[in-house]
Amino acid sequence: MHLMYFTEQPMSAYNEQAGRDFGATALMFSNKHFDPVAGSRLYNEYLEHYRLAENVGFDGIMLNEHHNAPFCMQAKCNVFASILAATTKRVKIVLLGNPLPLADNPVRLAEELAMIDMVSCGRLVSGFVRGGGQEQLATGVNPAYNRERFEEAHDLIVKTWTQPGPFRWEGTHYQHRVVNPWAVPLQKPHPRVWIPGVLSKETIIWAAQQRYPYIALSTEIEATKKIWEQYDKVANECGYAGGPEYRGYLQRCHIAETDEKALANARQFMWMQGEFTGLAHPVWSSPSGYFSPSYRQAFVEYAVGRRSNPRGASFEEQVHNGQILAGTPKTVIPRIRKLLEETRPSIMGFWSADGFVSHADTRSCIRLMGEEVLPAVREIGKELGLWSPFEANAPTGRKFPEPAVPAGAV
Amino acid sequence: MNWTSETVPVAGVNLQLSRAGSGAPLVVLQHDVGTPAGLPFYDTLASHATVLRPAHPGYDGSERPAWLRNVRDIAAVYHALLAQHAATRGRTDVTLVGLGFGGWVAAEMATQAPAAFRRLVLVGPMGIKPERGEIADQALVSYIDYVRLGFADQKAFDRIYGADPTTPTLEQWDLNREMTFRVAWKPYMYNASLPHLLGGVSTPTLIVWGRGDRVVPLECGERYAKALPQARLSIVENAGHFVEMEQPAELARLIGDF
Repeated sequence: MHLMYFTEQPMSAYNEQAGRDFGATALMFSNKHFDPVAGSRLYNEYLEHYRLAENVGFDGIMLNEHHNAPFCMQAKCNVFASILAATTKRVKIVLLGNPLPLADNPVRLAEELAMIDMVSCGRLVSGFVRGGGQEQLATGVNPAYNRERFEEAHDLIVKTWTQPGPFRWEGTHYQHRVVNPWAVPLQKPHPRVWIPGVLSKETIIWAAQQRYPYIALSTEIEATKKIWEQYDKVANECGYAGGPEYRGYLQRCHIAETDEKALANARQFMWMQGEFTGLAHPVWSSPSGYFSPSYRQAFVEYAVGRRSNPRGASFEEQVHNGQILAGTPKTVIPRIRKLLEETRPSIMGFWSADGFVSHADTRSCIRLMGEEVLPAVREIGKELGLWSPFEANAPTGRKFPEPAVPAGAV
Repeated sequence: MNWTSETVPVAGVNLQLSRAGSGAPLVVLQHDVGTPAGLPFYDTLASHATVLRPAHPGYDGSERPAWLRNVRDIAAVYHALLAQHAATRGRTDVTLVGLGFGGWVAAEMATQAPAAFRRLVLVGPMGIKPERGEIADQALVSYIDYVRLGFADQKAFDRIYGADPTTPTLEQWDLNREMTFRVAWKPYMYNASLPHLLGGVSTPTLIVWGRGDRVVPLECGERYAKALPQARLSIVENAGHFVEMEQPAELARLIGDF
């Protein structure tokens, strides 16, 4: 198994009442409520948590990015990836990921990622995302062309990584006279690409067509099984068999010395009233053209309050159905076993704390995970045959069937 | 009034076209939110003219061409539609009436063919960047709130759409909004070269603005009037952006007198 540590990097030091008064904590919630003194402290605490996660035995550190909202302070995952490339030694740096449609110059992204891969000595996993709806609005990118830009930027980046330049690119959204960046990735044929997602069928199908692992983000067990069903069907059509090495799963998991304390801290996963991406107007989270046309009717009804929020499950429900894991290692390990047995992923991300959970409690959670939870999960993984893409020597992708390895490695 | 509705292939795009009346052709170009069928304003126009009311490509049942990505492309499609009409009906003395976003399309058409039209009527058109205010951005508000913003009197909205519009109406607004994003996302709802190109338009133009327009600031009307050599600006009281829905008789009278 490949076990990853994750945090949204919550910016908890802001005036919550101001958010409630405004009625939203995303996109249009004023950044006058951002306190850079607290921001500086929190960034450094999060760096400390990442280093601790490496020291206690995590295999990977998962990074993401969001914009204009206190639920996530990380506005550019390549910045933290660069820092971790230089300050960690062993963990994979797993970007889940760079929002491709936001890039007006994907070649620049390809260069940055190549630099991170070289500085980290080939530890980069370069996931790509479409970016949330609010990300499109925050950066001025047309939501109606989100998927086109995602796919074209991906194709351009992979070509930039794998074909010697110079070459010319005349696409629909990107035109480049000269593609010939001096820096290329250390890993050959190219760094592994993993694709995280929540809902969109189109993304699952695309990931399976590329033979890239799909990472389900905090979905519940039955929905996750449906994702694999869809993935495996497309994999079969593409001439390969899906399975654990193509499956990742991120779940919220807080460990403490007592169940009571863990549950109290785990309630912080609901700090934005349960909205991962902050409280927002539905048309900010899903601007027209961004979401799958098959959801149009359901979405417009939700947008005007005729339908309840599909993500609106209560804390108790989410604890019950395994979307939030909380307790002592003894309580939580059997629950992780159940998730693994039911959904059979080989990549597992643990989103360990959120909201106002203290620096000390977060450190304690990471330490307990390393000492007790991770070794037990590894044993379960072996027993269930959940071999990660690294352990299984899985192909880099459909286009490049050989596994990714650093150039010059023995 | 007897309206016919048909699907017309124009420049490879299947357009929904409504038609009624007789006499000189008058083309009505619609808002970004589309239009309810059967507004009294359209009937009044059709009692004096052959009214052609196409739904923009990608709006209100017209096909969405994947390649069509800016407002000038829509204008070019309509030039092709009018060429077809002229070939079959032999009338070229066309009056263009553009409502809001449709007014922007009409203005672009006029710059592409500066002497082709008999008259131009622009009602609260987008297309020119305001110097002081902003054009209201639908990307940040819900479907209902955006359409309500276009009314000075909310009771008029309730009367036309119902206080709580149906789900199919919302779905159509979402489809129309998606197409608007495809053609007018950035810069939002204007073309920086339009004010310059309008200087070459010799068509007599009536610009109409609802006094209470909260979607496109009245200063844009003043800028249109300054940019077009043969234009005058008329302001309609007790109307917002949707003058044809709030003051249909007054708007029809202004057009008739023009």
